[in-house]
Amino acid sequence: MKKKEIQCISLTVNGQQYELYVGNRPGDVSPSDTLAHTLRETLGLTGTKIGCDEGACGACTVLVDGKPVLSCMILTVECDSRNITTIEGLADAKTGELDPIQQSFIDHTAFQCGFCTPGIIMTTKALLHENPSPTEQEVKEALAGHFCRCISHYHVLEAVMAVVEEK
Amino acid sequence: MATKYRFLGKATRRKDAVEIVTGRAKFVGDIKLPYMLYGKVLRSPHPHANIKSIDTSKAKKLPGVHTVITHKEAPEWKLGNPSHRHLLDSKVRFVGDAVALIAAETEEIATEAMELIDVEYELLPAVYDVEEAMKPNAPQLYDQFPRNTLPPGFRWWGPRNLQEVVMGDVEEGFKEADVIAEGTYTYENIPNPLPPEPPGLIAAWEGPNTLNIWSSSQAPSMDKLQIYYTMGRTVDIRALGGPCGGSYGTKYMSLPVFLQAAALAKAAGKPVKLCYTKKEHLAVFTLRLGSRIHGKVGMKKDGTVTAISGDWLINTGHYCQATQGQVAVGCGEVQLVVRCPNWNLKPKVVCTNRCASGIVRGYGGQELKCAFLPILTLAMEKIDLDPLEFFKKNYVRPGDGYYWRDGNWWVCRSVDYSRAMEEGARVFGWQERWKGWLKPTAVNGTKRRGVGVGLHGNADTGEDTAEAYVRLDPDGTAMVYSSLCEHGTGQRSSLCKMVAEVLQLPLERIFITPADPSVNPYEFGSAGSRGTYAIGSAYIAAAEDARQKLFALSAQSLNAKPEDLETEDGMIYVKGKPDERVQWRRCIGFNRTVLGYGRFEPDFTLPNFMMTFVEVEVDVETGKVELASVVNSTDVGQIIDPPSLKNQLNGCLGAAGIDSALLEESVLDINNGHMLSTNMIDYKWRTFSELPTIKNVILETPFSSHRFGAIGVGEITTAPGPSAVLMAVSNAIGTRLYSYPITPEKVLMTLGRIKRSNVK
Repeated sequence: MKKKEIQCISLTVNGQQYELYVGNRPGDVSPSDTLAHTLRETLGLTGTKIGCDEGACGACTVLVDGKPVLSCMILTVECDSRNITTIEGLADAKTGELDPIQQSFIDHTAFQCGFCTPGIIMTTKALLHENPSPTEQEVKEALAGHFCRCISHYHVLEAVMAVVEEK
Repeated sequence: MATKYRFLGKATRRKDAVEIVTGRAKFVGDIKLPYMLYGKVLRSPHPHANIKSIDTSKAKKLPGVHTVITHKEAPEWKLGNPSHRHLLDSKVRFVGDAVALIAAETEEIATEAMELIDVEYELLPAVYDVEEAMKPNAPQLYDQFPRNTLPPGFRWWGPRNLQEVVMGDVEEGFKEADVIAEGTYTYENIPNPLPPEPPGLIAAWEGPNTLNIWSSSQAPSMDKLQIYYTMGRTVDIRALGGPCGGSYGTKYMSLPVFLQAAALAKAAGKPVKLCYTKKEHLAVFTLRLGSRIHGKVGMKKDGTVTAISGDWLINTGHYCQATQGQVAVGCGEVQLVVRCPNWNLKPKVVCTNRCASGIVRGYGGQELKCAFLPILTLAMEKIDLDPLEFFKKNYVRPGDGYYWRDGNWWVCRSVDYSRAMEEGARVFGWQERWKGWLKPTAVNGTKRRGVGVGLHGNADTGEDTAEAYVRLDPDGTAMVYSSLCEHGTGQRSSLCKMVAEVLQLPLERIFITPADPSVNPYEFGSAGSRGTYAIGSAYIAAAEDARQKLFALSAQSLNAKPEDLETEDGMIYVKGKPDERVQWRRCIGFNRTVLGYGRFEPDFTLPNFMMTFVEVEVDVETGKVELASVVNSTDVGQIIDPPSLKNQLNGCLGAAGIDSALLEESVLDINNGHMLSTNMIDYKWRTFSELPTIKNVILETPFSSHRFGAIGVGEITTAPGPSAVLMAVSNAIGTRLYSYPITPEKVLMTLGRIKRSNVK
């Protein structure tokens, strides 16, 4: 009989390290758990929203090693040793000061119902890290995978471009 | 105007802004209760069938499964208007109809359990088309509705509720006409407003007769009432609404979902969370009504409308919750854009074997207009009349009357909206771009441009009763008691702004209670465009009441008469002596609060209007239509919050709005009743990279009966657009189109470039 191997994975989420067992007991990461599920259900980080749960709406976007990832489309076990940032990790942990993108979204009322907002902000964060001075067209293309139904797009673009111009 | 008020008309931070941008806003999916189970619904794969047998024994034995409910064990709760279907039934009426409910310790276990339920069906013939369903030999969905036609009437709107538009003498009217136009138009693409957050809730019983509900809702007070009546008025319901991840009207239709969770929670004796998947959201949740009109209009050469007649056929799918209510409002709204002495417009609400249509932003009016306005344009074309001139001539002005949803005749006392229409036309450049009927504005190779215009109005700005409490605390803060849910419009913050203006109290010192109807006064919800006028007026009155009570309590200690007092920033002073101000608590004591009450009675005399101009570019080689530009023009009396207003007007595109003319369609396979567009790739929506230019022309002509002169317009932004797009595309390609959405295939077929297929 094959010896049962106890597996453990390590995730760094918003600077905090988590050691999680892979298994099916409460608190474990099941091999079939998506990162979105683990963040929300296991770690209680519900700022990451699940809209479609099939990679088509962008609501669950988080950063994995700085890159925007649809967390409903990646298994948690694939994220071993990775560095993950969620919407909860954007504000300064010590001072609570908001990220300039978050502040700009507030200043421009760049949301309506707000359900898609965390995902949009995370993609914006990755975009501005990679390209600090995108054109409006580049912002539109970067955000094209985000489903916003209230049509806050125009205010989102204003908010993002205001951050770009600040820099 | 801009500096008239301290808070109103200025951009202020939404009260919930920090929660939203930090992810701390708790939507229902983010909430967990101890011992909570997860619910799932086993759904019918057949559009119409009797359940011959159902065996749940294997599912019940699966470890982790707590409860399985079929029609045999389900509570006898009946839903619909009139009451017509059980929560679970021995008959299924559409692909996706609920067959069994499961509660288990995880969603995965519940999903696995679904596969262990054996159901044997006796298949029945199904019907999908509204006119097929009305034929004598059509498959019958409900025994009590011959020809699948529902009885008219919606008691909520009162005993004389509007059921049709019939007045004057249409035969005489047609005799007076210079031209008569007749046609059939359909708006039957049943778009799904598709909020990003699917419908869902947690239900938990505290003993046999107390039910707690946390839900994604547009109106928890209404949820409470609906559940209360459905459960036979024996249950005390606490319905808590949190932030709502979009609704667009649809979450007023969550009753079946609520009852599914409540039944499971009752049987399991534990809280049950039931949140629909996106696939369920697309396949079984609320769609727009299917709307088809065979209509006829008579018109004089000067654009005077002499007669209107027609059959308005409304496909409500398998279930009807409020469709007759939508018919009533739609019938009222259509009269607002066309003054005509002779009408005979007869609606019929019909059931078919598909997912239910019902409450969606636009509430009957958009569905009616999208099919009806094009028939009017047939007559305009015959007399070569510019549609802008037609609308300006025919919309309801102060002094004109109309029948509203309650069946009463109301006389308009709105402002004159023709100024807004003219300003919109100027900004759009209508005069330069309008080239006549079926004529493109510009042709460049295979690209043809065309323009269109639409108009919508709604007298719901003052609909339904509103009640309000505003409490002043001795520390110079105020509490607004409200069961409004924030579903995107910023309405909770806008209420606070109106209260702030009355009390001259900074917004940071105004708080708002959670949307809990057991604590707060009656609240119909932010339906229609009632937030600013109806709800706002109640809160303004409550704030004023609190202010007067504060003055009465303070007069003695300030040695002045109450009418001589003034308050600002939580301080109170004798008018003219602002330097001698004292804190509220100095006058009323630290151990007293002051509660103001306000009430608003329904008033249907104040229709708002929105005119939408669009320009499209059609590629006649590929059939693709691009929406190039949109101009919305309206008058709001007084802007409350500029960015929130702009956001709402920009919202004209999505959620079954203008895009229902071009992209949005729930595709039903009429061979087997399956919905084909059940993922977010197959269901089309507009992305960031496809945004048209939008300009919003917003006038501020004060409405004298509102303390700040304001009126709401939020709901009506989506309705005028689709028919404007239909007009614009027809003009661009020089041929009329008769249905939505205008897909490339439909354009090419209309142009004769491809052969007729199954395109509707």
